[in-house]
Amino acid sequence: MGGYLLRRVGQAAVVLVGVSVVVFGLLQLVPGDPIRLALGTRFSQETYDALLERSGLDQPVLQQYVTWAGNALTGDLGVSFRSGEPVTQLVLERLPATLTLAFASILVALLIAVPLGTLSALRPRSVVDRGATVLSQFGISVPDFWMAIVLILIFAGTLGWLPSGGYVPLTEDPLGWLQRLILPAIVTGVVSGSVITRFVRSSVLEVLGQDHVRTAQAKGMATRQVLGWHVLRNALLPLVTVTGVQLAYLLSGVVVVEIVFAWPGLGQLALQSVQARDYPVLQGAVLLFALVFLVINLVVDLLYSVIDPRIARR
Amino acid sequence: MSEPVLEVEDLRVDLRTPRGTAHVVNGLSYTVGRGETVAVVGESGSGKSVSVLALLGLLPSRTATVTGRAALQGEDLLTMSKNRLREVRGPGVGMVFQDPMTSLNPVLTIGRQLAEAVRAHGESSKAAARERAVDLLREVGLPDPDRAVDRYPHQLSGGMRQRVIIAIALANSPALLIADEATTALDVTVQAQIIELVDRLQEDHGTGVVWITHDLGVVAGIADRVLVMYGGRCVEDGTVDDVLERPAHPYTRGLLGALPDLAEETGDGEVPDLATVPGVPPPPTDLPEGCVFWPRCPVRSDPRCETEQPPLDLVGGPLLTKGDGLPHRAATWCREGDDRWT
Repeated sequence: MGGYLLRRVGQAAVVLVGVSVVVFGLLQLVPGDPIRLALGTRFSQETYDALLERSGLDQPVLQQYVTWAGNALTGDLGVSFRSGEPVTQLVLERLPATLTLAFASILVALLIAVPLGTLSALRPRSVVDRGATVLSQFGISVPDFWMAIVLILIFAGTLGWLPSGGYVPLTEDPLGWLQRLILPAIVTGVVSGSVITRFVRSSVLEVLGQDHVRTAQAKGMATRQVLGWHVLRNALLPLVTVTGVQLAYLLSGVVVVEIVFAWPGLGQLALQSVQARDYPVLQGAVLLFALVFLVINLVVDLLYSVIDPRIARR
Repeated sequence: MSEPVLEVEDLRVDLRTPRGTAHVVNGLSYTVGRGETVAVVGESGSGKSVSVLALLGLLPSRTATVTGRAALQGEDLLTMSKNRLREVRGPGVGMVFQDPMTSLNPVLTIGRQLAEAVRAHGESSKAAARERAVDLLREVGLPDPDRAVDRYPHQLSGGMRQRVIIAIALANSPALLIADEATTALDVTVQAQIIELVDRLQEDHGTGVVWITHDLGVVAGIADRVLVMYGGRCVEDGTVDDVLERPAHPYTRGLLGALPDLAEETGDGEVPDLATVPGVPPPPTDLPEGCVFWPRCPVRSDPRCETEQPPLDLVGGPLLTKGDGLPHRAATWCREGDDRWT
């Protein structure tokens, strides 16, 4: 188990280095001069040169990468071209909002997907199953921004029950935090939940057909126990996988939803930095996205070995 | 004969399939006495497994229609409530399934799976259930049961897993044990151990056993009586000696003829080709009108074969029935003495 953990962390580190190279390289290829953009239309050659030197952009590319990666390791991701603030601080400021939305969304998604997927699997081709199929197709195919706008129109506009957007920290105003969280969490949660429902349905259906479920029934166990202990426990493996993927997707910023709800998350930050050609911020955000993916995948893999004793041995 | 543990009368199972209704079991009747072993033999698709799964309500209720009567110690399994059926699974009927590799839950320890069986029927304390699990593992001859109880199925060999499954089936001392191809997936030496184990447990507990198999060698070793199934019907039944030594139905004769006999050699030292029963069983969605075996039958001695189902009649008349009162019956129009008999 310890060896397995070590090996997986090592693999993650290699991937992270690869990602940093790709991120850095890609941004070199993006057209547009960030210094010119930062300085506006009227500036002297001296100012330009000074800023170029200070930002290190006059150095050879390899040198730039080594400096950037070295600093990144110590938590220093450089400063924003636009605002002059440290990137680490900018990114970390956005993190609570993103974490909040991501976890609330995955909660909504699981609350939809697990009961609906299980019911569908227990009664295949029933009214519940067909209804769930239609709903999840709807959830997958309806654009999230459209759903967001419709929900705002209904709940913030017509009914006036909830604010149309914004974010306040939980510590300042718990009620306001919850009110502002509900709509965006539902929008992203419905989308993720629709995907996860399909997975839950097929994996529960698969486990139900396995011989050991029949053994459990033949023991005289109550249906509820068979379902809880034998079926769901085995169906958990694919569920953990797809939930991990969805969570990583949500954490790396649901840009459109964040913008519609004026949610100050990482996705919004990444988009703003692309528009402003604010390389350091963009690099920092993308690197953080990659890190989030890797950590979640690592956690998913470790959960596997907890859920399924056969995996830890491999 | 002692008081029967199980009395099956005119059991019929229809399964709804995309290709129409499949008549999988068509009027099966048999009894199992206390401490008696009845072997049900037949090739794949003859309805052996379905006929026993139907008894415990383990067929999908949406597609399966089960009719007839199956009295376990006088109580009809087919009409009892779901709740009562749940209570009967375990203490009434224990079941051992074919494939030990897939019949245990891979993510739970075997101790837990055993304890569940114990706790499903009364015992509420976890510690006591665990103790009982260890005892059961010891009884089925699993080495080092105190440690084995915390193992997962993938850490055990096939034979060991089958012992665990037998332990689960016996956890509540059932009146009837159904073994559905319980040794088919195991190699021969392990097979012998498992058979011996069931034999011993049966002697100790007086359990009635229904042993489903297509292995006639196993039948000879364990069974008191044999029931030969074909096309969802019983085509012949009787004592092991009667059926295996004096088979009356052309299908049974075909099955026995298909057993390899390594002692028999042709003149040049070569072993002769294995005899087979030509053709395949009829699809259960489209059974023949007359004798189910008619399309493959090498004899076809009677004009009624094609048009009329032969009843399950005593072989050679009642006078030839042996003194122990166990009749030998076969469902065929063809009778010994017929000159077309091969």
